[in-house]
Amino acid sequence: MISGEFDLSIGSLIGFSGMSVTLLTTETNLGMPLASILTLIIVLFIGYCNGITVVKSGLPSFIITLGSLFVIRGITIAVSKIITGRTQVGGLEESKGYGIMSTIFSNSFTISGTDFPISILWWLFFGVFGYLLLKHSQVGNWIFATGASKESAELMGIPVHNVRTSLFMLTAFCAWFIAITQITTFGGADVLRGEQKEFIAIIAVVIGGTLLTGGYGSILGTMIGALIFGIVKQGIIFAGADADWFQVFMGAMLISAVLVNGIFRKKYAY
Amino acid sequence: MAFLERNMLTNNNQIVLKNIYKNFGNINALKNISMSTNSGKIHCILGDNGAGKSTLVNIVSGVFRADQGKYVVNDDEVSFSNPREAIEAGISTVYQNLAIIPIMNIYRNFFLGNEPIHNNYLNMMDKEFAIDTTKKELRKFDISIDNPKRSAGTLSGGERQILAIARALYFGAKILILDEPTSALGVKESNKVVEQIIQLKNKNINVILVSHNIDQAFMIGDKFFIIKNGELVGEFDKPDTSANKLRTILEK
Repeated sequence: MISGEFDLSIGSLIGFSGMSVTLLTTETNLGMPLASILTLIIVLFIGYCNGITVVKSGLPSFIITLGSLFVIRGITIAVSKIITGRTQVGGLEESKGYGIMSTIFSNSFTISGTDFPISILWWLFFGVFGYLLLKHSQVGNWIFATGASKESAELMGIPVHNVRTSLFMLTAFCAWFIAITQITTFGGADVLRGEQKEFIAIIAVVIGGTLLTGGYGSILGTMIGALIFGIVKQGIIFAGADADWFQVFMGAMLISAVLVNGIFRKKYAY
Repeated sequence: MAFLERNMLTNNNQIVLKNIYKNFGNINALKNISMSTNSGKIHCILGDNGAGKSTLVNIVSGVFRADQGKYVVNDDEVSFSNPREAIEAGISTVYQNLAIIPIMNIYRNFFLGNEPIHNNYLNMMDKEFAIDTTKKELRKFDISIDNPKRSAGTLSGGERQILAIARALYFGAKILILDEPTSALGVKESNKVVEQIIQLKNKNINVILVSHNIDQAFMIGDKFFIIKNGELVGEFDKPDTSANKLRTILEK
């Protein structure tokens, strides 16, 4: 989103990746690690297609990925019904290579008696990775410039098209990663996994202070945004309020975050 | 940068255009334009809106290719397929609105597209170097900035133009095209920029200034090219003309 693009298809890609890995594992003899890698290649290709379509057509990525959201979700549901007749497929636990995959992606580790899921480590890892990429690398500078002004970036010789396409591939990779942690946790896939995740992602990013128009934002902000989302989701129940109010609260926070961003922008006269 | 090393170490970096034509569909944007520019001089391209100034600039800066005619830099015929190639050949353009990105900070703007790399394996930016260099280079142009981490939007309009000029020179520009550098500025800011443009002559830069402010152009220019409806209608050295003469030709 810092580069000025949206990827709405990530939710569907999560469902797709999960189902693809599960089906390739249970219906063939590949074993789970190989199935995951194969799926990753497919998913990266889908991300590439998203990116190239946006770049070549010049249309807003919002529309293009809204289309691919439905296409990918539809394919996931249709194909899993054709192959298994169901929309939920399980039985990963008995498959080859499940042990190693779940050790890497979903097991817990224990610090002074408390269990933490390993995904916390991954969360920190990707946080640090994203921080270094955005704030300290050359590509990071290109991403900000692309989001702030494509024309200026292009005149300075930045390969704007490649930057945008690779970012769509990166979001596709992230969707694949989430799918892997989910299926190793649950031992199977559901075609509806990841539904509305695209909106949650946008909410986390916006609450984290990223400008919707691109060119400004940070990983730390986004991580805090995601934390706030999670804390509110759990906390509203502990606070004794009815969980039905969660969505109201989230929506209100999203709107106020955008408003505050707008004020910030005016302050800098841009 | 091979071209730069080979050709741009001479004392006179020259651009020669011979019989340039450019059409967009049925519109003849440029008709038979021939001109030459040399180091240490300020060349003004004057003309009304839509006269073809921008098209000419875009050809020299590598955005477009001419349909016909020769584009020669230091005796070599060139044909740039994008602005990057022109920049690498030592020809940089400072655009009116697109010079810098206000929302990004000053040193990131200065090194935009030319980020200094710390470690070749990870492509990490050398920020300390970037910040120090930005400060140092801007001081050469009489701009002192305490904190290059400020967003570039906090600079005044004149400072933004000068930042873009300083950046172009730092990255090896010997031929500099300025597209309406002062048209959006107030008098005071405008004077700041003009002062620095005149300094470019001492640095032996070949300056091509596009403008429709005749008085200002006459004050700083050495040579004047007047373009009307895509044609070169007049070419003057400063001693042979006056601001009023130029205006008469332009408004005829």
